[in-house]
Amino acid sequence: MLYITQTALELGFQYALVAMALFLSYRVLDIADLTTDGCFVLGGAVSVTVTLAGHPLLAIPAAMLAGACAGAVTAFLQTRLGVPSILAGIVTNTGLYTVNLMVMGWKSNAALLREDTIFTLFRGLGIGGGFSELLLSAAITILAGVLLVAFLGTRLGLSIRATGDNPDMVRASSIDPTLTITVGLCVSNALTALSGAVVGQAQKTVDVNSGTGIVVIGLACLIIGETVLGRRTIVKGAIAVVVGSVIYRFIYAVVLYTKVVPVDCLKLLTAIVVGAAIAAPSIREWASFQRRKQAARTGKGGK
Amino acid sequence: MLDIKDISKTFNPGTVNEKKALDRVSLHLEKGEFVTIVGSNGAGKSTLFNAIAGVFYVDEGSISLGGEDVTFQPEHRRSRELGRLFQDPMRGTAPHMTIEENLSLAFLRAGRPRNAFFSRIGKEDKAAFREQLARLGMGLEDRMKQPVGLLSGGQRQALTLLMATMVPPKLLLLDEHTAALDPATAEKVLSLTQEIVEKGELTCLMITHNLKNALELGTRTLMMDSGRIVLDVGGEERKGLTVEDLLSRFRAGVGEDLDNDRILLS
Repeated sequence: MLYITQTALELGFQYALVAMALFLSYRVLDIADLTTDGCFVLGGAVSVTVTLAGHPLLAIPAAMLAGACAGAVTAFLQTRLGVPSILAGIVTNTGLYTVNLMVMGWKSNAALLREDTIFTLFRGLGIGGGFSELLLSAAITILAGVLLVAFLGTRLGLSIRATGDNPDMVRASSIDPTLTITVGLCVSNALTALSGAVVGQAQKTVDVNSGTGIVVIGLACLIIGETVLGRRTIVKGAIAVVVGSVIYRFIYAVVLYTKVVPVDCLKLLTAIVVGAAIAAPSIREWASFQRRKQAARTGKGGK
Repeated sequence: MLDIKDISKTFNPGTVNEKKALDRVSLHLEKGEFVTIVGSNGAGKSTLFNAIAGVFYVDEGSISLGGEDVTFQPEHRRSRELGRLFQDPMRGTAPHMTIEENLSLAFLRAGRPRNAFFSRIGKEDKAAFREQLARLGMGLEDRMKQPVGLLSGGQRQALTLLMATMVPPKLLLLDEHTAALDPATAEKVLSLTQEIVEKGELTCLMITHNLKNALELGTRTLMMDSGRIVLDVGGEERKGLTVEDLLSRFRAGVGEDLDNDRILLS
């Protein structure tokens, strides 16, 4: 049980960065950025490749930079070339598949064997003992979260939030929406790539298909977290994605362990949960309207 | 302050929907002038504002603001020097951000150094915001941490007015900014507008459908029709003008009788 808890927490913290990225793009900027899947793999591929070359620490910023570039491409497509935002993400995502193969030296996967990773280096410091991996994952995610919240409090951060909230007002306030969308997507994709980079080094392997469905899982984490904590403020939102991610990984671990649902069905289950959660407000509204209609009808019948 | 020379704009050129929205409009505004603009729907008033603000680029002519040619400047660049209020109170503020955050965005506008991007709202800023909000007399200074979405339309419009004028703009554009408010609130926002414009000696263009306001407020009145300025009165001539005069001028300008004067007199 302890092992399950530990693994769930580790994975929860590592994947929470994806949910954090989606919090920025989907919640704050109000853009459904589908670059996520490819960007996650890109982060892993860059991270593992650079680690293979003997620079596990450098691998992390390198992966983030690569992710930011992917975000910049998506942003360029939608702000300058007028590609609808969802399509822009899909286009970049598709292109990234080839880029990812290229990064891994035209192989579909790459693995670390005896190379040092940030995790082995951290264990070498002797902090945390058996929990050192968990500790490092948590530290990275929490640091990223704190920096993100701090960034959103700056005037540039506020401008990014306003862009998602009221584009009319942003233009009238001398803020260039092209700039804010670009910066926002760069930061969010850097976070996604950071997640890929950390996961890649933790699992010592990366596969070109390992990102499939990450965006939906990230959304699931986001929604679970918001359901638990609410979504009123930015700080709450940032904490919520971590909580949501950990909960999701717990559910995942329990399913894996108890086999209540066949593990192969988990993605379908995730998709259904996410679909239902996003649809919830509409369904609720429809239901209450039906109830009102029903009440009005029976009221009339009674007279 | 504002110098518009022969600007024209045609929407959907070469199609059946072709519409000449601005037809060689020229306009010169001195610093500190407060000009009201009247005219029927579709006369080109809002189009003129959009041309000045840079929502689109004009087909012909040039626009200069404070001596600087802004004809080909993008919208967000021009808005450093422009304050803008729309008819819809929802358009001027970000509903999910707090009053404080909205104000600090407005503060970003104009004249601040580039590194302001990474600056945060400081204690001094907050105190300044409080003071400014208190001037509105709506009790907003005690609600600075609340999201703007909770405010009423009138409060939001007053806040937008404050945001647009906090850093004094070279030109303030008011596009029927009280039209969506109830009469009492409209009056309050209008008197606030007058106070802020006079105090800051702002140059201001205001579109209104209320002919009484058009004559009472400001120093000069324009009337637009079919993309042209058909009447431009100021000074002594304007002082002697009544709403009825304006209405008859309106008819003369339009060149046809209006079905119902009450629409204009309301």
